[in-house]
Amino acid sequence: MTRTRWISLLGRYGVVVALLLLILFGWLRYDYFLGFFNISSVLRYNSMFALVALGMCFVIMTGGIDLSVGSTAALGSVVAALFSPQGTWIGLGAGVGAGLCVGLVNATLVTRLKIMPFIATLATMLAASGTALLLADNQSVSVSYDSGFTSIGQDNFFGFPIPAWIALAAYVAGWIILNFTSTGRGVLAVGGNEDATRMMGLPVGRIKFLVYLASGGLAGLAGVILASQFGAGQPIEGVGWELFAIAAVVVGGTLLTGGVGSVGATLAGVLLLGILFNVLNFENGKGWISLSAYWQSVIRGLFLLIVVVLQAKLAARGDAAVRDH
Amino acid sequence: MTGTSPMTRTTARRFDPFDFLARYGTLIALLLLILFNLVFTRNFATIQTLNVNLTQVCTIVIVAVGMTLVIATGGIDLSVGSLMAISGALAPMIFLGKIMPIGNIYLAVAAAMLVSIAVAGLFGLFNGWLISAFRIQPIVATLVLFIAGRGIAQVMTNGNLQTFRVPQFQFIGLGRVLGIPVQVILMLLIVLAAAWMLKRTVFGRQIIAIGGNERAAELSGIAVARVKLLVYAISGLCAGLAGLVVIAINSSSDANLVGLGMELDAIAAVAVGGTLLSGGKATIIGTLIGAMTIQLVRYTLLANGVPDAAALVVKAGIIILAVWIQQQGRAHA
Repeated sequence: MTRTRWISLLGRYGVVVALLLLILFGWLRYDYFLGFFNISSVLRYNSMFALVALGMCFVIMTGGIDLSVGSTAALGSVVAALFSPQGTWIGLGAGVGAGLCVGLVNATLVTRLKIMPFIATLATMLAASGTALLLADNQSVSVSYDSGFTSIGQDNFFGFPIPAWIALAAYVAGWIILNFTSTGRGVLAVGGNEDATRMMGLPVGRIKFLVYLASGGLAGLAGVILASQFGAGQPIEGVGWELFAIAAVVVGGTLLTGGVGSVGATLAGVLLLGILFNVLNFENGKGWISLSAYWQSVIRGLFLLIVVVLQAKLAARGDAAVRDH
Repeated sequence: MTGTSPMTRTTARRFDPFDFLARYGTLIALLLLILFNLVFTRNFATIQTLNVNLTQVCTIVIVAVGMTLVIATGGIDLSVGSLMAISGALAPMIFLGKIMPIGNIYLAVAAAMLVSIAVAGLFGLFNGWLISAFRIQPIVATLVLFIAGRGIAQVMTNGNLQTFRVPQFQFIGLGRVLGIPVQVILMLLIVLAAAWMLKRTVFGRQIIAIGGNERAAELSGIAVARVKLLVYAISGLCAGLAGLVVIAINSSSDANLVGLGMELDAIAAVAVGGTLLSGGKATIIGTLIGAMTIQLVRYTLLANGVPDAAALVVKAGIIILAVWIQQQGRAHA
């Protein structure tokens, strides 16, 4: 195996290796790390971020960005909570529908009005947040406990939390779409070279439209889980989710310039950042060190720093290795 | 060639509404807003209204000036809000003598200001280093400090609120010179200095050249890495100063809140002001007008009884409208 191949393999599977090492570390060091309670609470909580990051991954693969996912999730949670007395499915549908509406606005702004994704989604982030606050009258909206709506976020199915199943289903669907459909291949083509893709006759506008729509819908779904899990629609939740999702996507090795990306590695990125938190909590519990919650963002930032510097180095060496041959 | 010049002159002189709006739209919007308020908002034409709006817009403008320079090179700086939190957390620790007691209050305040702004500048330099030495995309490189920076400020203060009453320090947030708030003077000085630098100095032209075409700038002998380092350091310094102004106004520093969401406010001001987000064209005065327009829209809505949440939606619409009009202007030009 050549050096180039090693470098590209490390770049591609580095995040999975890191995730396995972290899990191994936790398993050896803490008694209940792989216990049922811990696994299900980590999965239950991180499934929301996983959904948001999946949408973000697709948007980023086309070379765009979606800053609105956090406030879209907040809006989704409020709308779902407002509709939850009508029944589980109606609450679910309303929350996802609200997310799709934001996604539709993003898609229209980016593909029809040709506004840069960064600015377009920055604006919808403000608008979604304002709408959520207006609908919720500036406070959290309690969900209905009679209609069964809370079971989406709180119950288990075959021993695993329902949100984790939802996220898993979304990732499987995302993986199939990316790898086995023409739209999925088009997503990577658009991110790689938009003009060339257009000249090849692929429907660039439609592909971009769909990824923003999907990102909005997934953020809405994350909002439904948020409302259901915590028993309330929360208009001020979701602050900073977009940047967490971007970090997870970047840690997963998807390039922000578009054209390269992997659904599985994004999931590994989400889990890596989530489990890092979990390990810190366990470490605090052991009493050897006492890190306040504030250290967690410092450590996350450091972690992101290491990953992006390594990626940059690998990319530079990969380029050099390609030149040498 | 002379034969074609009358032709081009006539086409250039023909009135193009989009081009006109793209150039002056934000300024016209600002003037219309002022006119609207003069007619419909009670007590608008008072010094107090002016002061309220200016003091609220000051910190955004100071940060947005640094952001304009960063965006002019084709970059972005997401870390500004977190850097504000760091300088805002550090300064009180110094002038309250929590790190080391300093006898003379003037000396303590001077040390607090210099050290905390310098630290923010160093973090900005770190951003620039990541971007120029490792060729990491600016949005990812500055995301590191966006996440870690607020954590650093929270760890420094253990998440506690620091309150203080130190007039010597709070002069930058509460003081007045000739009736003008000190932070407004600071803001104007920074705006003028940056506008002059961008238009009249070699460094300023290099910034624009890099944003226009980085490869060409490099080939023509511009030290791209050095210019980028400096630009991100300047953005850090501006954020550091803004952090101090915020805590001086509040008489307290809360690492959880200082500068929260500032990166987006600053980027919005830059975009509405007419600076190209892909780099290569920038206007500091435009950024000032952009920030004041966004502020005045919010004030107008609040003063006329529209809830703050609805004002957010309107703000979103204005950002889109401004950017769209500017794009149309460029497409027609």
